[in-house]
Amino acid sequence: MENSLAIKTTVLAQPQVNEAVRVAENAIKMSAQNLSIYYRAFRAVADVTLSIQSNAITAIIGPSGCGKSTLLRTFNRMNDLVPGSHIEGEVMLDGQPLFDSNIDVVDVRRRVGMVFQRPNPFPKSIYDNVAYGPRLYSVTRKSDLNHLVEKSLRAASLWEDVKDKLNQSGMALSGGQQQRLCIARALAVEPEVLLMDEPCSALDPVATLKIEELMQDLKSTYTIVIVTHNMQQAARVSDYTAMMMMRPDRAGEMIEFDVTQKIFTLPKDQRTEDYVTGRFG
Amino acid sequence: MTPIALRSSPTRTRRRKATSAVMLTLTGLATAVAIVPLIWIIGYVVQTGLPALNADFFTQLPTPAGVSGGGIANALVGSLITVGIGIIIAAPIAVLTAFYAASHANSPLGLAVRFGTDVISGVPSIVMGIFAYALIVLPQRHFSALAGGVVLAFIMLPIIVRTTEEMIRLVPGTLREGSLALGAPEWKTSWRVILPAALNGVLTGLMLGIARAAGEAAPMLFTAFGNPFMNTDINQPIATLPHTIFVYAIAPYADWHAKAWATALVLIVLVLVLNVSARVLVAWRARKLGLSR
Repeated sequence: MENSLAIKTTVLAQPQVNEAVRVAENAIKMSAQNLSIYYRAFRAVADVTLSIQSNAITAIIGPSGCGKSTLLRTFNRMNDLVPGSHIEGEVMLDGQPLFDSNIDVVDVRRRVGMVFQRPNPFPKSIYDNVAYGPRLYSVTRKSDLNHLVEKSLRAASLWEDVKDKLNQSGMALSGGQQQRLCIARALAVEPEVLLMDEPCSALDPVATLKIEELMQDLKSTYTIVIVTHNMQQAARVSDYTAMMMMRPDRAGEMIEFDVTQKIFTLPKDQRTEDYVTGRFG
Repeated sequence: MTPIALRSSPTRTRRRKATSAVMLTLTGLATAVAIVPLIWIIGYVVQTGLPALNADFFTQLPTPAGVSGGGIANALVGSLITVGIGIIIAAPIAVLTAFYAASHANSPLGLAVRFGTDVISGVPSIVMGIFAYALIVLPQRHFSALAGGVVLAFIMLPIIVRTTEEMIRLVPGTLREGSLALGAPEWKTSWRVILPAALNGVLTGLMLGIARAAGEAAPMLFTAFGNPFMNTDINQPIATLPHTIFVYAIAPYADWHAKAWATALVLIVLVLVLNVSARVLVAWRARKLGLSR
C-alpha cells in the first residue's frame, strides 16, 4: 500500500516526463527469455523475449492464432492445465523463475491475476464472487471480508452500481458489470500483475470505455498485460506494445516490442506497419 | 420434356397444403396416443385406489384378509428406510464418481466408468437383488432392511452418476478457469464453483434415482423380504411399498386387491410429489442465481 501510494505521487507530480521516468526508474515486473511454448510436439510460441514494466500497461497484439493468449496464459501458468503443454526458456516474476520446481503454482496465480475474454462470474452472489478469492486464502473474519469486498468493488468502479444488491446473483448483472465484477474478483486477492485476455471483446462500446478507463486507474497499483484484437484499444490504453505474428511453421513469434506510440507511428518492421495500418493479409 | 415450372401452380399449392394438413394430423395423433397410457394408468390407479384410501391407511398396520381397516404404515416407513439407506450409500459415491468421469472423460478409468454405468443400468433389477442376496443376506443368514438399502444403492448409482456427469459437463469451462486463475486448487474449484453451478442437475439425478429405487419390487423379494409388522431395525426384514403391492396383488382376496391399488396410488403420488418439488426447488434456485429467466 505504501509503495503504490508513492508511485501514484510520482506519476502525478511529473506528468510531463511520465514515460521517461517510468522506463528509467521502474523495475521490470515480469520477463520472458527465449520462451517457447509447446502443446505436445506442436510449438505454439517460439523464442519470445520481452520485459513487462511494472505499473504500466503492456498490450500484446497480432492476428488470430499467433499465440497471444498462449503467451499470456503462461504468465500465470494457466497453460499448465492444458495436458501436454510445456515450455522452454524462462519466465521471471520479480527476478524469480516462474516455472521453477519449488514454486507453488497457487502462489503464482495469487500474485498474477487474470481476467478472461467472456465475463465468467460464479453462480453466486456479488459478494461471494468477490469474497471467493480471499476466502481461499483463509480470510474468514466478516469485517475483513467486508472491507476487501468493498475495496475491490470500488477499485473496479462497480461499488456504486451494486452496493445495495450485494446479495444478488453476479450473473444477473449486465455484461460490462459482470466483467468489472470479474476484475474486482481478481483484485480481491491483491495481485501484483493483472493479465487481461481480450477483456472487452464481448462488451459493447460503452462498457469497453469503462473498462479502459478502469485500466488507467488500476495502472498506478498494478502491472497490466492485455491481449487485444482491437488495435485502437491497444493504441489508446497501453504504454508498451508487443506485436506477434505467426511463422510459416505456425509457431507464433514476437516480431516487435516497443513503446506503444512507436509501434503505431514508426514501426521498425514492415509487417507491424502493415498490420497496424490494416493492410495486413 | 416441358421445362420445370419455377412458379408453383394452384394445383401444387393445394397439394402442398393438403400434405401439410395430413402430416400435422398424423403427428398430433401420435402424440395423443403416446400420452394416453400415462393418463390411463394414472386415471385407473386413482379410480380404483381412491376408495380404499383413508387416514387409517397411512397410520395402521396391515390386517389379515377379511378383516376390514388396516393400512400400510409399515411399508411407508420401510420404503423410507430402505430408500434412505440407498441414497446415503449411493449419493456420495455417485457424485464423486461423476466428478471424476467428467473431468477425466478420456482417461482409461473415465471411459471404464461410463461404460460400466451404462452396463449396470441395463442389468435387470432382479439380478441386482440376487447379487445382494448372495453378498449380504446369505452371510448374515437373514433378510434385512440393510440388504434392501444396498440393492437400491446399486440401482440408483448408475442413474445418479450419468445424470450428474452430464450436468457437470454442461458447466462452462470458463467458470473452472476463473476459479483456478485465482489460485484455487482443483478440488476446491469442484466443490465451491462447479458443484453449486451443477447442483440443479445433481438434484435432478438424485430425484430420478430415488424415484426409480422407490418403485423396485423384484430385488426386495430377496433382500428386505417384507414384514407385516412395524420395523425400524435395519437388521430385520422390512416391508416396502412396491413389495406390498406385489403381495396384495397376487393374493386371492378382493379386499387385498383394493389395498394393492390404494398402495399403488400412494406410491405414484409420493414419486410425483418428490419429482415436482425437486423441479420447483431447482427452478427457484436457478432464478435466484440468475441462471435462467
